[in-house]
Amino acid sequence: MPTEVKTLNEILDLAATQFQVPREKLSPDDDFFKTLKIDSLQALSLLTRLEQHFNVELPDYELQGVSDFRTLAERIQARL
Amino acid sequence: MLDLDQYSCLGAALRDALDRWPNETCLIEADRDRERTRLTYSDFKQVATPLARALQDADLNPGDRCAIIMTNQSKWLASAYAIFQIGGVLVPLDYKLSAEEHLQLLAHSKAKFLIVEYHLWRAITQSPEFKSHRLKIALVTEAPPTAQLNGGYRWEEFRRKGEPNVVARSRDDWACIVYSSGTGGRPKGCVLTHGNYLEQCKTLTAWYPFWPGVRYLSILPTNHAIDFMVGFIGPFVCGACVVHLRTLRPEFVRDAFVRYKITYVTLVPMIVKNLERGVRANFDALPGWKRFLLDRAIALNKAFTRNRPNVKLSRKLLPSVHRAFGGELLALITGGAFIDGATLQFFYDLGIPIANGYGLTEACTVLTVNDLKPFRADTVGKPLPGVELRILNPDSEGIGEVAAKSLTIMSHYLDDPELTAETIVDGWLLTGDLGRRDGSGHLQLFGRKKNMVVTAGGKNIYPEDIENTFDGIAVKEYCICAANYLWSKRELQGEKLILILRLDINQNFTDTTRSEIQSRNQSLPDFKRVAGYVLWDKDFPRTASMKIKRDDLAAEIRNTVHPSSVKEL
Repeated sequence: MPTEVKTLNEILDLAATQFQVPREKLSPDDDFFKTLKIDSLQALSLLTRLEQHFNVELPDYELQGVSDFRTLAERIQARL
Repeated sequence: MLDLDQYSCLGAALRDALDRWPNETCLIEADRDRERTRLTYSDFKQVATPLARALQDADLNPGDRCAIIMTNQSKWLASAYAIFQIGGVLVPLDYKLSAEEHLQLLAHSKAKFLIVEYHLWRAITQSPEFKSHRLKIALVTEAPPTAQLNGGYRWEEFRRKGEPNVVARSRDDWACIVYSSGTGGRPKGCVLTHGNYLEQCKTLTAWYPFWPGVRYLSILPTNHAIDFMVGFIGPFVCGACVVHLRTLRPEFVRDAFVRYKITYVTLVPMIVKNLERGVRANFDALPGWKRFLLDRAIALNKAFTRNRPNVKLSRKLLPSVHRAFGGELLALITGGAFIDGATLQFFYDLGIPIANGYGLTEACTVLTVNDLKPFRADTVGKPLPGVELRILNPDSEGIGEVAAKSLTIMSHYLDDPELTAETIVDGWLLTGDLGRRDGSGHLQLFGRKKNMVVTAGGKNIYPEDIENTFDGIAVKEYCICAANYLWSKRELQGEKLILILRLDINQNFTDTTRSEIQSRNQSLPDFKRVAGYVLWDKDFPRTASMKIKRDDLAAEIRNTVHPSSVKEL
């Protein structure tokens, strides 16, 4: 199982690629809605990409109340 | 459909619907590409009746309040049905609120019973405020086998054999308490009666009918007034079918249109815009000759549907577009927030009628809807049968506050006679929205008189509800107002909230204070954040009880501060 730090870094890499944002501009505690300039629907599409990458199923509610990469990583880590 | 004039309450109408169409499918629930549940009306009765009996045996008495906090799914509707059978009052809460907000509204509504999904219950029980809850019974759905439920019971096991003693309610009895806003501020619990819902259902389905075989895709949260009506009550009393999806990711929603041959769907403006972008991108990717043919077909469709929709013809002219929507879509319903006319026209020109409307939770669901005779992209439609509209104090252009009178207007705000008296005057609901009627009876909206904003996602944000986020910042006093309330801008797009800061005498606005405000602002969900601030150099006008006189303050700011002085946060 990857460590939480590895999971977090992979999420940041995937988000940077998917929304074409320089990786160095993203940090764990960023509000991803603001940093990536995305809405809630686009955030759901990021969840789909993360499911494919980590090979887990993530219900939509795992995004509820989450707006930073670190918490998202914790939620994914708990399902790995 | 059932003749709703014959009924005095929702419970009786729904019960008769289950008996009238026993073999029709009433619910389909899918998770991604897997279908999880498919129930006929007869199956639904078998699921909901033992729950009603068990709730009654657990002392849910007529008039007792039972809250539901769930995403859209079959257990939501089965639970609501059970509550209505035994005379309970339903309190549908928004599952997207935080655990603290759920607890606040549970307390305010005095709900004794709660039906809740496991992941939401887990969050509620982890909240520090959970200790002081006054719930008698919590039923938790879909809890893992080993989960600790902190006093809750498993919904799936909470069943009793035998029929419940059905409790009839009158049209004036309370059916639901629906919160239009008020977490953190002044809760606005709209008390809606059985008569409100029966009347709303009758008039709405007269214009947009359901029948057995119709499939409604339920995407808006069922706690929302629109989905409760068109994704539950309306389809059920007509023998139609509701389709629930456990994920709302665009790829699965698109797939559901095709797989389940959807007839109607309601989307908030934000999603309609998103859909428009996707469709336009597909059009732009077509090779030149195909695009040429498509544009010609759209032009033909426009010409043939200028006065009235002709869905059959549109499907022939634009088959690939209609196939993408499942091939049987009759109308796309939208409401809950402002949507621009160009987007509405875009879909209408593709032969997909858009039923855009206007309503408030306080008016049950909707007051006006586009009747498509002909389609008008520049209005929010005409008043439904039985709805009277007035424009109060119209200006030289005929624009004033919209007031409405109808059998669908709520009884009152729960435990708030003062706010009720301000909002319903001589039977007229003062909407706080600015509008104008045109010669053909259509209503056009231009802005708001009231101090609030509505996001593109259909969320009502009242400044009072978020002010406490900034408690303790280093200023003499502050408040939050909607930009359109301050400067009476006549538009409903991109509404913003503004923080008004009054500093102490000789106080400077430092970077530290600005950073603190920014940090507090960031702690709010993105749709609730303040866009900018204004430094104000006078004490706020206040009432004898020290409440801010917001109308007076807004008038002073309007007269002395230019909107360009707002500094971004």
